[in-house]
Amino acid sequence: MMDFSAIVPALPGLWDGLLMTLQLMVMGVLGGVVLGTLLALMRLSHNRLLATIAATYVNYFRSIPLLLVITWFYFAVPFILRWITGEDTPVGAFASCLVAFVMFEAAYFCEIVRAGIQAIPRGQMGAAQALGMSYGQTMRLIILPQAFRKMTPLLLQQSIILFQDTSLVYTVGLMDFLNAARSRGDIIGQPHEFLIFAGLVYFTISFAAAQVVKLLQKRLAV
Amino acid sequence: MISIKNVNKWYGSFQVLTDCSTEVKKGEVVVVCGPSGSGKSTLIKCVNALEPFQQGDIVVDNTSIADPRTNLPKLRSRVGMVFQHFELFPHLSISENLTIAQVKVLGRSKDEAIEKGLKLLDRVGLLAHANKHPGQLSGGQQQRVAIARALAMDPVVMLFDEPTSALDPEMVNEVLDVMVQLAQEGMTMMCVTHEMGFARKVADRVIFMDAGQIVEDCPKQAFFGDVSQRSERAQQFLAKILQH
Amino acid sequence: MNYNWDWAIFFKPTGIGSEIYLDWFITGLGWTIAIAIVGWIIALALGSLLGVMRTVPNRWIAGAATAYVEIFRNVPLLVQLFLWYFLVPDLLPEPLQIWFKQDLNPATSAYLSVVVCLGLFTAARVCEQVRTGIQALPAGQTAAAYAMGFRLPQIYSNVLLPQAYRIIIPPLTSEFLNIFKNSSVASLIGLMELLAQTKQTAEFSANLFEAFTLATLIYFTLNMGLMLLMRAVEKKVAVPGLIAVGGK
Repeated sequence: MMDFSAIVPALPGLWDGLLMTLQLMVMGVLGGVVLGTLLALMRLSHNRLLATIAATYVNYFRSIPLLLVITWFYFAVPFILRWITGEDTPVGAFASCLVAFVMFEAAYFCEIVRAGIQAIPRGQMGAAQALGMSYGQTMRLIILPQAFRKMTPLLLQQSIILFQDTSLVYTVGLMDFLNAARSRGDIIGQPHEFLIFAGLVYFTISFAAAQVVKLLQKRLAV
Repeated sequence: MISIKNVNKWYGSFQVLTDCSTEVKKGEVVVVCGPSGSGKSTLIKCVNALEPFQQGDIVVDNTSIADPRTNLPKLRSRVGMVFQHFELFPHLSISENLTIAQVKVLGRSKDEAIEKGLKLLDRVGLLAHANKHPGQLSGGQQQRVAIARALAMDPVVMLFDEPTSALDPEMVNEVLDVMVQLAQEGMTMMCVTHEMGFARKVADRVIFMDAGQIVEDCPKQAFFGDVSQRSERAQQFLAKILQH
Repeated sequence: MNYNWDWAIFFKPTGIGSEIYLDWFITGLGWTIAIAIVGWIIALALGSLLGVMRTVPNRWIAGAATAYVEIFRNVPLLVQLFLWYFLVPDLLPEPLQIWFKQDLNPATSAYLSVVVCLGLFTAARVCEQVRTGIQALPAGQTAAAYAMGFRLPQIYSNVLLPQAYRIIIPPLTSEFLNIFKNSSVASLIGLMELLAQTKQTAEFSANLFEAFTLATLIYFTLNMGLMLLMRAVEKKVAVPGLIAVGGK
């Protein structure tokens, strides 16, 4: 039968894995939101070329699996860096995964930010410009702060999805939480217990975070 | 045909119906009126058990609603109901709207159902629209279809829950005309409506409700006759209604 | 080391049998489609049932469906796949266990695991869409159907679901596309679907950019094709006189 006692001594190692998972998530979200916002502004700009580039980017990344992106970047980033720098530049799996997450999630964040900006009444833009603000100032000071407030729940929801998706770095052997649990379970010979434990931890964090988002949504709705 | 006996209903601690009792005899047309929130829609929905009630009983064609052994779907299939917002099924064509319950509830054959449905559609003057969908008809037309749909079930009694209040004014009469005709043919009807012209024309009795209670329940002649005989609340209501 | 671009690589022999690399991609695509379609059938059937359960006027039934959704939505797909592939077979009764581990060839057992996993995972998402669709309908529709003598199961099958499905075609489309993308996790339990074949091509031929470019193109085309297909479906089932949700 199941014996979960071996998990206790393994906790420090699992904690390190969890830290890596959280690190990937936080950095992925930050990078993804920044790049995504940039893409959203491009999509909404009057410049046809910029809008098309951003739209293509978003459609492209939304139609391929994240796992493909992670795998491809793992193979390709060292090559590309060599082309750019002309010499071998060692990058670890962590960096290539992070780039993959940022670029992939940016496509999803872009759509959230775009919808958020479009939900702001047009009059706000006009009012700010009537006060003499430039386009950049209007966006930075008036539109984006309002838009981000409204879309916080959606951004957080996407972050929870990213939290779960970080487990895909398993494919490149990065020691995130899932891989830490898998490898320890295999070594000790109790793969099932460690797998169940990993599932419970993911569930607890995601579920709790989702409840917080729900509360926030209710609050913002009032 | 319908006998409502001391019905009480609460939403939580709020009482929406208080000790309501009345009768609708076979062939009788009873109009229920009253200010909004007076419980008249709730009362009529109790008659076919769309709304549950906690005390009292309603007996429809010798079947008790409060009796837990009563087969409610079967009872409802014999009671026609017309809703404020028509509630035709938008994904079905007009002829499908008319036949679906005949086939699925009454077990009639498709051919029989279509024949019956089209006959009734013709009666409400919409035969040409049989293959359209509800979204392609005007509100008045939809409500006429809804009446035909209810009639297709060969109901022993028809319930109308504010059938004209969601309609544009110019469409009210086409629906009322159908209802008047129905009343004149002897259909037993219970109608929640503010259309006092309709009440004057065909009603046998008028019930006035306020705050969940039946305040007036008298023959049409009395209700529209000497107003001073009516309760104060009914007078106020009538004054407001008749202004329009 | 220089990179040798060679776009003709797909027509070159792999060195294994008489196969060319393109054959690998075709086999991989076949698996991807086989996973996604069967998984989708499970997801649609189970998800519809769960979605209905979440809307019925019974606290226990609705609660059970909610619990399902919360569990399957809050555990990462890969963890779920590992549970189905590594753990669940060990919980089966002995004869089934032997059948699964020894009689089935490895591809089949991996396929079964991933299909069940994706089907159940996606069902939770389909459930939420179906629930949203049902709840978006006016309450009067249910009342009208009751008033005509329908029973609850008939109301769902004749009145609520046909309308709800029409409303939710766009979000269902995106779940349908997701199951194709998510099927790539099968590569992590050794099933040679499209991504696994791509990786293998990259490793065998050293032409990794070409391999991944082709894979991307295939996914992209698949995505576009399915989207057009679903748009056609949406148009086909659109109700005359109702404004389509996506706009016409």
